This record gives sequence, structure tokens and C-alpha cells, in this order.
Amino acid sequence: MTITLNNRKETFPPAEMSIAQIMNVKQFHFKMLIVKLNGKLIPRESWTLTLVRDADRLDIIHLVSGG
Amino acid sequence: MTVLQNIVSILSVKTVGIAGAGGLGSNVASALVRSGVGKLIIADIDTVSEANLNRQFYFADQVGRPKVDALRENLLRINPRAEAKVYHCRVTENNAGLLFGSCDVVIEAFDRADEKKWFAEWMIAHYPAKPLIMGSGMAGYGSPQKLRVQKSGNLYICGDQQETDENLVPLMAPRVILVAMIQADLALELLLQE
Repeated sequence: MTITLNNRKETFPPAEMSIAQIMNVKQFHFKMLIVKLNGKLIPRESWTLTLVRDADRLDIIHLVSGG
Repeated sequence: MTVLQNIVSILSVKTVGIAGAGGLGSNVASALVRSGVGKLIIADIDTVSEANLNRQFYFADQVGRPKVDALRENLLRINPRAEAKVYHCRVTENNAGLLFGSCDVVIEAFDRADEKKWFAEWMIAHYPAKPLIMGSGMAGYGSPQKLRVQKSGNLYICGDQQETDENLVPLMAPRVILVAMIQADLALELLLQE
């Protein structure tokens, strides 16, 4: 599948993957993350069950302290 | 009318909300007042401390005062006709709508990541069409080219998004103010594109 991850096209061999699997492959290991799939906010407890498919748009945003 | 007069006349009827008046919020506010934004709504619970002066838009004689009061005073020194509504309170789920519901653009300027997170999620849930400009990742010094903007719908995240150890990588004026200026610049872009 080819998805848009953080505004960039990315291709993964499987036809579908969970958000958690994508985070693992792409090494998103931060504590405070905001995740949006096709514009919809996905809460942390749904990351393992929510599937990402071809042409989906996934945004993973790191929130870091400091301001 | 000159180009600048035209820009200022558009900005003069706009309202920008600023959640937090620390390193990001205080500096964003100064840039927006200088630019001619008509009204700012600023909320913060904190008081000015000695340690804030290395990056925040406050002065030594303001230590101990509520940040929002000191900030309002500083903004009025830039422009005595500026309209700055300030609230000395913590932003919560109970008051966020009252504070920022009428704003054209909202700036997230909190310090802690957990505050940034609930505020972003709350805004996405309650005001999905309202632009929210956040700051994330600006500690230390150097590599200014890593500061960037990530857009996700009406959410804009400014900074390098790099997690650092605050004991080893302190917050310093240039990168904090750079991110504040990116937020302020983006706010102008969004206010002027309508």
C-alpha cells in the first residue's frame, strides 16, 4: 500500500497495517502523540486495532514540552 | 491606500486567541500587536519569574506579577490603542470555548506536552474548522533550519518536534522566539488569505 504519512508518500509491502505497526516500523516512540487518520483523531487505545489502507492519509505529530 | 495599509485594515477586524503567555505566547502577542491584529485574547495562570526573562517578553521589574497583566502593559506600550483581553486563569475544558470560541485563529502556547495534547484534541473535537497553530520542539540552540511547520488539516505544528532532556537542553531565547515568530507569521497568512 502507498499512503500519505505526514504529507509524504510512503509505500509499505502489506496491503493494510495497523497504526501501531506503522509507528513501530517508522520508529515513532514518543510519549505524547496526536494521530489523525484521514483527518479523524484516533485515540491511543485504538492504535492497535485501526487499520490503514492504500491511499489513506496518516498524520503522526510529536508534542514536546517547552514554550 | 498602500499595500501595508490594506493589510492592516484587514487585520484590524481580526481576533487571535493565545493559550499561554510564556516564551511562545508573549512573543507571538508582541508580533501580532505590531502587525495590527485588532484583538488578542490571552489566558495564562502563571506569574513572571526571574527564570522567564531569558526568553519571554517581560522585564526584570515585572517579576512576581501575573504574566497576562505584565504582557498587556507591554503590548499597550507598543500600541496604546491595541485591544488585549487578558484572563489570569488556567485554560480548561470548561472555559476554552468561552475564551477562544470567537477567535479567527488560535495559538497554542503552553509549556507542557500534556497540556498541548489535551488542548489540540479538544480544539479538533469542538472547533475543527478553526485554525490551531501549535509549538512543539524548540529547546537548545543551533540548527535553526530544523524548525518547520507540519500541516494536518486546520492544525499547524511549528518547531522541530524533537524530544530532549530539559536538564541537558535548556530553552533559550533564539529558538523559542523563532518558533513564536513562525506561529505569528502563519497566523498572518491565515488571517489574510480569506
